[in-house]
Amino acid sequence: MIRAENIFKSFGDTEVLKGIDFLFEESKTNLIIGKSGAGKTVLLKILVGLFEPTEGHIWYDDVDFCTLDKKQLQEIRMKVGMLFQGNALFDSMTVEENIRFPLDMFTKMTFKEKQMRVDSCLEKVSLEGSNVKFPSEISGGMQKRVGIARAIVLNPKYLFCDEPNSGLDPKTSITIDELISDITKEFKITTVINTHDMNSVMEIGENICLLDKGKLAWQGNKNEVMDSDNETLHNFIFASPFLQRLKKRAQQ
Amino acid sequence: MANENTLFLASELQNNSNMISRFLYHFGKYVMWHRQIYKKQGNFSMYYKETIRQMYDIGIGSLPIVMIISVFIGAVTAVQISYQLSGSFIPDYYIGYLVRDMVLIELAVTFTCLVLAGKAGSKIAAEIGGMRQKEHIDAMEIMGVNTSSYLVLPKIIAAVFCIPILVFISGFIGIVGGYVATLLAGTFSANEYVKGLRAFFMPFNIVLLFVKAVVFSYILTTVSAYQGYFVKGGSIELGQASTRAVVYSDILILIADYVIAVVLTV
Repeated sequence: MIRAENIFKSFGDTEVLKGIDFLFEESKTNLIIGKSGAGKTVLLKILVGLFEPTEGHIWYDDVDFCTLDKKQLQEIRMKVGMLFQGNALFDSMTVEENIRFPLDMFTKMTFKEKQMRVDSCLEKVSLEGSNVKFPSEISGGMQKRVGIARAIVLNPKYLFCDEPNSGLDPKTSITIDELISDITKEFKITTVINTHDMNSVMEIGENICLLDKGKLAWQGNKNEVMDSDNETLHNFIFASPFLQRLKKRAQQ
Repeated sequence: MANENTLFLASELQNNSNMISRFLYHFGKYVMWHRQIYKKQGNFSMYYKETIRQMYDIGIGSLPIVMIISVFIGAVTAVQISYQLSGSFIPDYYIGYLVRDMVLIELAVTFTCLVLAGKAGSKIAAEIGGMRQKEHIDAMEIMGVNTSSYLVLPKIIAAVFCIPILVFISGFIGIVGGYVATLLAGTFSANEYVKGLRAFFMPFNIVLLFVKAVVFSYILTTVSAYQGYFVKGGSIELGQASTRAVVYSDILILIADYVIAVVLTV
């Protein structure tokens, strides 16, 4: 479980986050949604410790993440996996080396043990046999899956995904969403996904946090979305004329 | 008119004070950053592998360019000195002696390091800056890697180990270049040149060469890495950082050259 408590963040005179309180629950896919510029990425970066909040606290279970020293921070980070929007795969390394990187860096496992772990992660993301390919030799969807495999290789307790569907076709997006959701359930991970993909919201949104102009505008789950009368949520969900027409037709 | 002058003077003072405060800010940040660089985190084998890769890049990768410039440094120095001394009462073998000392004390080390600041320095800045922009550094940070240490320390070790060897090779090839030039020019005999090489040799000059090489290689690696590590923005800013890495490294190498000369030889 991760708890954001009264998070404020400013860059110079610009206040990006204005007092966010939210509980990201364990074994659930927690979604941060909102328009571009709403502060989603800043909140995600604060959650993983890439930015420090101007005010407020982040709790990882019962540990205050913002007051940890370097050593304690390192211990928490060993339990964190992250999938980046641009995948952040190391270009000069093969798929296998990318996934093995955290194991090489932090574990005392033998080469054979590491190899078995890498293969099992590749199997989990349905990329068996892609070990020796370079990131530039595989598709965007496959790169996302390699990113996920690298994020889960150390058996993380917390998984963060920054726009996992960006740049992917709808079908591949659904595959990636299902993969993240399955992993979350199987390993009982606290997963936080930053997205504005409506399919993700309606398919895997078990705990949704809607941000608007740096404030929490709505929270709930995918089943509550349609019944909600929150105007900001509706403006966000039914932003496209096509969805507005569908909504009207459904109401009729 | 007087008012305009005062305004101009005030704006100049402001610019200068901004420049000084910017310099002090970056200098302080650069110094403080060293604490992070030397705080190793993670398995030794990863640092070892990265160090070997950097040694190959900086050492073997730079050998051809170093060899080419060294031949010409020695050759041109021999020809120029021969021209300067022609018709004087100074014995011909002095040319070999002067080429040897100039190449060993100054030309080999300074030329090599200035060229390496351009070749290896810009590569270091671009490589680390590119990793910053592609979120590779963020990805490593989240994994718990001390990126300052993992990305910079192997480069420092590789440079401090390889560049002095390159400089030594450069010195040797420079002297050989001078020998070849004397043979080709035919203005005086090769035997005189060799006699000069053996005359008045001071072993301390070799120490001086290595001291300079270690200091210069440290400067060019850390300054370039600093420029790349803290780059912000897009490809234009990365290009600017890469240029700054070369320019600042060159300036600092020349300043260090002067300081070492004063401290160790005066």
